[in-house]
Amino acid sequence: MANYKYHILICGGTGCNASNALGIIDNFNSILKEKSLDDDVQVIKTGCFGFCEKGPIVKIMPDNTFYTQVTPNDCLEIVEEHIIKGRRVNRLLYENPETKEHVEDSKHMGFYQKQLRVALRNCGFINPENIDEYIAQDGYVALATALERNNPAEIIDTLKKSGLRGRGGGGFPTGLKWEFAAKSKGDEKYVVCNADEGDPGAFMDRSILEGDPHTVLEAMAINGFAIGSHVGLIYIRAEYPLAIKRLQIAIDQAREYGLLGENILDSGFSFDIELKYGAGAFVCGEETALIHSMEGHRGEPTFKPPFPAESGYLGKPTNVNNVETYANIPVILNQGWEWFSKIGTEKSKGTKVFALAGKVNNVGLIEVPMGITLREIIYEIGGGIKDGKKFKAVQTGGPSGGCLTEKHLDTPIDYDNLLASGSMMGSGGMIVMDEDDCMVAIAKFYLEFTVEESCGKCNPCRIGNKRLYEILEKITEGNGTAEDLEILRNLSVTIKDTSLCGLGQTSPNPVLSTLDNFIEEYEEHVNDKKCRSGVCTSLMQYFVVPENCTGCTVCARNCPVNAIEGERKQVHFIHQDLCIKCGVCYDKCKFNAIVIK
Amino acid sequence: MSVKIALKEEHIKAIRDICSSFNNDPGELINVLHKSQDHFGYLPAEVQEVIAHELRIPVAKVFGVVTFYSFFTMIPKGKYPVSICMGTACYVRGAEKVLDEFKKQLGIKPGETSEDGQFSLSSLRCVGACGLAPVVMVGEKVYGRVSTEDVKKIIAEYKE
Repeated sequence: MANYKYHILICGGTGCNASNALGIIDNFNSILKEKSLDDDVQVIKTGCFGFCEKGPIVKIMPDNTFYTQVTPNDCLEIVEEHIIKGRRVNRLLYENPETKEHVEDSKHMGFYQKQLRVALRNCGFINPENIDEYIAQDGYVALATALERNNPAEIIDTLKKSGLRGRGGGGFPTGLKWEFAAKSKGDEKYVVCNADEGDPGAFMDRSILEGDPHTVLEAMAINGFAIGSHVGLIYIRAEYPLAIKRLQIAIDQAREYGLLGENILDSGFSFDIELKYGAGAFVCGEETALIHSMEGHRGEPTFKPPFPAESGYLGKPTNVNNVETYANIPVILNQGWEWFSKIGTEKSKGTKVFALAGKVNNVGLIEVPMGITLREIIYEIGGGIKDGKKFKAVQTGGPSGGCLTEKHLDTPIDYDNLLASGSMMGSGGMIVMDEDDCMVAIAKFYLEFTVEESCGKCNPCRIGNKRLYEILEKITEGNGTAEDLEILRNLSVTIKDTSLCGLGQTSPNPVLSTLDNFIEEYEEHVNDKKCRSGVCTSLMQYFVVPENCTGCTVCARNCPVNAIEGERKQVHFIHQDLCIKCGVCYDKCKFNAIVIK
Repeated sequence: MSVKIALKEEHIKAIRDICSSFNNDPGELINVLHKSQDHFGYLPAEVQEVIAHELRIPVAKVFGVVTFYSFFTMIPKGKYPVSICMGTACYVRGAEKVLDEFKKQLGIKPGETSEDGQFSLSSLRCVGACGLAPVVMVGEKVYGRVSTEDVKKIIAEYKE
């Protein structure tokens, strides 16, 4: 292997790819070649660094320099200044938004300081398309050790003691799940990786698959050995083409190295992995629905028991775990359960990956120890609210979760505290909202999603959620009554109690949590017919600001319903009874003389 | 809405080949549908009939699966399929307004294709580029931080 002086790491995740990361890679390669530096400097396309807000990201190792928002045109300067002369290119460094100072390396960035990367340990660090790089980071050591010690019960015991819980949403203890599957009798058993990440606004699983696919393969093989299975299946969304490609490359390489396939490492244990494609159905994240989908059916859930551990894929014992859960397992086995169980809170051990998005300055993928507070995440890692606006709520757990408010900012985050606060961990979406977001409209947004994604099998979910959506629509259009608020709450509770699967049992959470925490906004919509955030268009009124109006007549001429009256050079007036709230006047006015109240 | 077409012999053969590459196993129905949609661009009723025949399952079963999953479509997409991400991150950063602007400019609703077959409009759930929210995709190309003012420019890039 060549001895490189510098490594240039470029993020090749979906986010950075969308802003031309591939052009940067090409440019670096051709510049280095031209200057005959290609023996000293290696360009590596890595997985996601997490700091998507300022992508594309370029990191120079060994000095950890972190360049943000790089374009292909910057490559020449980086090579000439940094690589050849050893001087950092200051204008591309990350700027601390408070002190306006350039931050030289990633270790001193607020975004990374509070993070602890376990599941994401290799993302943004190794080349995901090269198995050697994974092996160099102790990859496949856990599998080799497991096979050598030849004691499946010991593996399950370690996981149980580590306290690892499922990262897909439910938080079921992983060791226990493996134990059930191991005890089940069957001539064939299956190991399934759930990579059907359907939460809108969550992309942690995709980033792991794109940035470190081998860790999932290794953990699945260990899973197979522990429960006595020889077949692994990864159920992955067809919408993730890059993750599919990298997984396929990883599977091929692992087979070539004898780490998958017949008689792995001469142990007598055989295990192979196949990909199964999803086709866009949120409910398939539920394990029984996922199994039906893999069998070629509509992805409808069935009643548990029987649990998949007894009767799953093709009626055989099946163990289903989520991508992030798997990514933790090789590290736990290598470092020991004692190490892992020291991280986190009493009942939630380890770390959790969150997709931090919405109205924060640093949107991106973060991994933090359980027990951290929302305040630390939003203000220290996330860099505060965008444009200096006021924080209103943070939504966790996707469409099944709830909205948390200011009063929850200092609650340590773990599975149980989030549930107690009326939300849930979910797969780890975390959407921050500010004063411009209307909470009634947010609840309606999630319900629209649920109505569309409900599989239709059970009545409470199929019909109930539709009714919830209609009531919310009525309220946002200004036709709500006080009685509607009562119905919303009762119906929500009924749907939660009577739905068949996790989708319906959690879908009213956004409604209930906004009713609990933002009842005054609902009341304003219902009683005063007002939306304080100006989101619900039917409740908005347009007014002319007399001081700003120059009487140019542009608004009156463009109004499609002639609702604006006024002579040239005179202050204009909007007839509220005629106005259809189309917003044309607001868009056309050049003098900021139209306001929305 | 669905489209009536007559399948040519070569099309039928293509479907048969796809089915037999999966050993005509009904358990592989979803993979067969993926491959068929790759081939035809969409899954009209006639294609579903051939698949049902090859896999020896009822047409209703195939139809049930096609309509269950949002990835499968029974109407042809436009030459330039426009998808607006309606994930939560994009939603709170104004994706709905962007979608409305596309509807206005193209004169079609999500799920429809323009009469000249050039553009189709759909909303999708999270492409995972939340740092660039709101996100619009035209074919494979991703546009980030799209505002309502950008919509006209994006469409103009593809107008012939």
